[in-house]
Amino acid sequence: MKTHGERERQAFALAQAVGLGFTQPLGRMRRGSVGRVLAVSGGMGGHDIERGLLEMGFVEGARVEVLHHGFLGQDPLAVRINQTMTIALRRCEANAVLVGPLRDAAEEVKPGLTLEYASS
Amino acid sequence: MTAITLANEEMRLARIALVGPPNSGKTTLFNTLTGGRQKTGNYPGVTVERKSGRLRTPVGHAIELLDLPGSYSLRARSPDEAITRDVVLGRQAREALPDAVVCVTDATNLGQHLRLLLELRQLGRPLILALNMMDIAQKRGCQISLEALSRRLGIPVVTTVAMRKNGVQDLLSQIDTLLNQPLVASGAIADWVEPAPEAIRTYHREVEQLLREAVVQEGAPERLTRQLDQIFLHPVVGPLILLGLLFLMFQAVFSWAEAPMDWIDGGMASLQALLSEHMADSLLKSLLIDGVIAGVGGVVIFLPQILILFLFILLLEDSGYMTRAAFLMDRLMSAVGLNGRAFIPLLSSFACAIPGIMAARTIAHPLDRLTTILIAPLMTCSARLPVYVLLIAAFIPNTTVWGGIGLQGLVMFGLYATGIVGALVMAGVLRLTLLRGGRQPLLMELPSYKWPNPANVLLGLLERARIFMRRIGTIILSVLILLWFLSTFPAPPAGATEPPVYYSLAGLIGRGLEPLLAPIGFNWQIAIALVPGLAAREVAVAALGTVYALSGDEGTVTEALTATLAHDWTLATALALLAWYVFAPQCLATLAAARRETNSWRWPTFMFVYLMVLAYLAAFVTYRAALALGGG
Ligand SMILES: Nc1nc2c(ncn2[C@@H]2O[C@H](COP(=O)(O)OP(=O)(O)OP(=O)(O)O)[C@@H](O)[C@H]2O)c(=O)[nH]1
Ligand SMILES: [Mg+2]
Repeated sequence: MKTHGERERQAFALAQAVGLGFTQPLGRMRRGSVGRVLAVSGGMGGHDIERGLLEMGFVEGARVEVLHHGFLGQDPLAVRINQTMTIALRRCEANAVLVGPLRDAAEEVKPGLTLEYASS
Repeated sequence: MTAITLANEEMRLARIALVGPPNSGKTTLFNTLTGGRQKTGNYPGVTVERKSGRLRTPVGHAIELLDLPGSYSLRARSPDEAITRDVVLGRQAREALPDAVVCVTDATNLGQHLRLLLELRQLGRPLILALNMMDIAQKRGCQISLEALSRRLGIPVVTTVAMRKNGVQDLLSQIDTLLNQPLVASGAIADWVEPAPEAIRTYHREVEQLLREAVVQEGAPERLTRQLDQIFLHPVVGPLILLGLLFLMFQAVFSWAEAPMDWIDGGMASLQALLSEHMADSLLKSLLIDGVIAGVGGVVIFLPQILILFLFILLLEDSGYMTRAAFLMDRLMSAVGLNGRAFIPLLSSFACAIPGIMAARTIAHPLDRLTTILIAPLMTCSARLPVYVLLIAAFIPNTTVWGGIGLQGLVMFGLYATGIVGALVMAGVLRLTLLRGGRQPLLMELPSYKWPNPANVLLGLLERARIFMRRIGTIILSVLILLWFLSTFPAPPAGATEPPVYYSLAGLIGRGLEPLLAPIGFNWQIAIALVPGLAAREVAVAALGTVYALSGDEGTVTEALTATLAHDWTLATALALLAWYVFAPQCLATLAAARRETNSWRWPTFMFVYLMVLAYLAAFVTYRAALALGGG
């Protein structure tokens, strides 16, 4: 079984190798931006956080969209997963989810949003 | 080998458990199938207990149906989810494994909900998959091939619309089919282990594969919820709306209830008049008029207000707003070491602290949970309403301040706000001292908004009215009759100058307590009311009604009591009593619930002591400040 760090590094390397460009933790995504989950690790919380996130639908390959932030862009976040389920979580946990751009961005989101995201 | 079917075993109830992710409609299904009245609501974590009910299928099988707390996985994270796990795995003490499990899922969110089904399937027990909320799925144009799903999974699959009688027929006939077949048991349950992260990923992939084959037409994504959330979760507008909603709630409690309260008051008054006219003077007459009508009438009159409060809470729960409120409160809650999630049990505590304390089961972290339980009694429960309303009506002028906002409603709002602030401060103090420790992550689903179901809301209100009236008929009435005896005997000595109660046993107790309560401005009548008021808060109002009725005043019930109080007490005393009631632990049932949930007397004892100290301090400060400002 791979360790968390390994998985994250691999995803990162993969993303860069295929030229997907920008990757960042979910907690750092801007409001309104969309991406695809590259890796889920336990972060500081270990297995429990990882399982919790996986059980709420944060899994490699899922489409995520940051819908809302708290007051002044602070905690918590509201994240839409695969256009079906919205989850509220805090940055601390969200940062265990590594997100890259959508590959099929053109059909799924308005171009403006992707551009803004890609350049952020 | 002989095939044993459940149907063959006569007289035996087949036990079927409803299992599924939170908010998938298990309890709604349970209610429709069994005619039960369990609480439902549009947020995860409504059900926190195992409930059972009976039904008979069309073919005639007798079934015991179990409704269980929702859970995303059998890996239980919180005490409520542990109940589900234990029932499903047969680990519950003194309870056999269920004969079959119905996995209830939300058809509009199968991508997330089918994982639990795969987990259940691993156990090798008889299993039926119910795709619930089919009405919504269809409206969005979603088409699923039940045949493909059933073939791939190897279990029966049905669609349901949980709140309609004709929406559960397929499920019933599938249950009948299942019960007519030989039961295939397997030993897989003993092999169950908590799924590791890799196992969950595998489930994810399996579900994806399943849906690729079974989904004929994907439904359109929901738009309305997104649009509403743009407003309700807006960082600035959202909190303002939350505040506005709470404010409206307390204003409504005052202004909408006036007419129905007048009717009840009128009814009580004519009953009293009828009795005093037609009964000869006797002890029984005094018991009926001073004890029962003055006391009970004084409490019954608050039914409209309690129902209005519940109407608001039911609408918030049924629409899906509860989790939004929790989202908005998360920042504030995290500042005191709690979690936005804890706001849901606290908001339920506005109705009654007991379900609030039970709802804390949905909080996984033990210290978070304990803190939530300990501060739940500070949220203003509906039993405080009678006390607040009585005192506000007597001492706060019914004028409007800016823009038509009633002053009385404003004071009420202030009392609620004091409770909330007190709870938050207390949580912060506890988390920094006794209950210091790591915090729980927030991971909360925000469900789609739904129109509240009118039948559901109406049933909820009737249920509340029934509970309230039963409380009055049992605990309040019996305490009152006891109090009437204590307040009537012994009779006053000849040449007594004070009202008769003064010389009675109750008067003795009241006067005994007076020195203790004098520093916070309470007289002996209040002391008499506070003692039975320890059992339940409304009793204090009823007791004041009885004590003052026995003191010789005649007339209609609360009108008279309001007038009597206004003339008998100083403003400072009234304010001190209000402050007392914000904090005082005047409810035995709450302490008992805290004992059940924490499994020891230690924490309920602590709860009682800290609330008592807070109440005394608050009343003292209020009384002294009011005196200093000329409220004597
Ligand atoms: N439109 C529609 N709404 C439904 C259906 N079934 C349930 N609901 C609604 O969905 C919400 C959740 O229902 P509950 O029965 O409380 O869900 P639950 O699975 O018991 O939830 P927990 O106890 O929290 O696990 C309520 O608002 C119900 O009115 C359905 O078939 N169609
Ligand atoms: Mg339920």
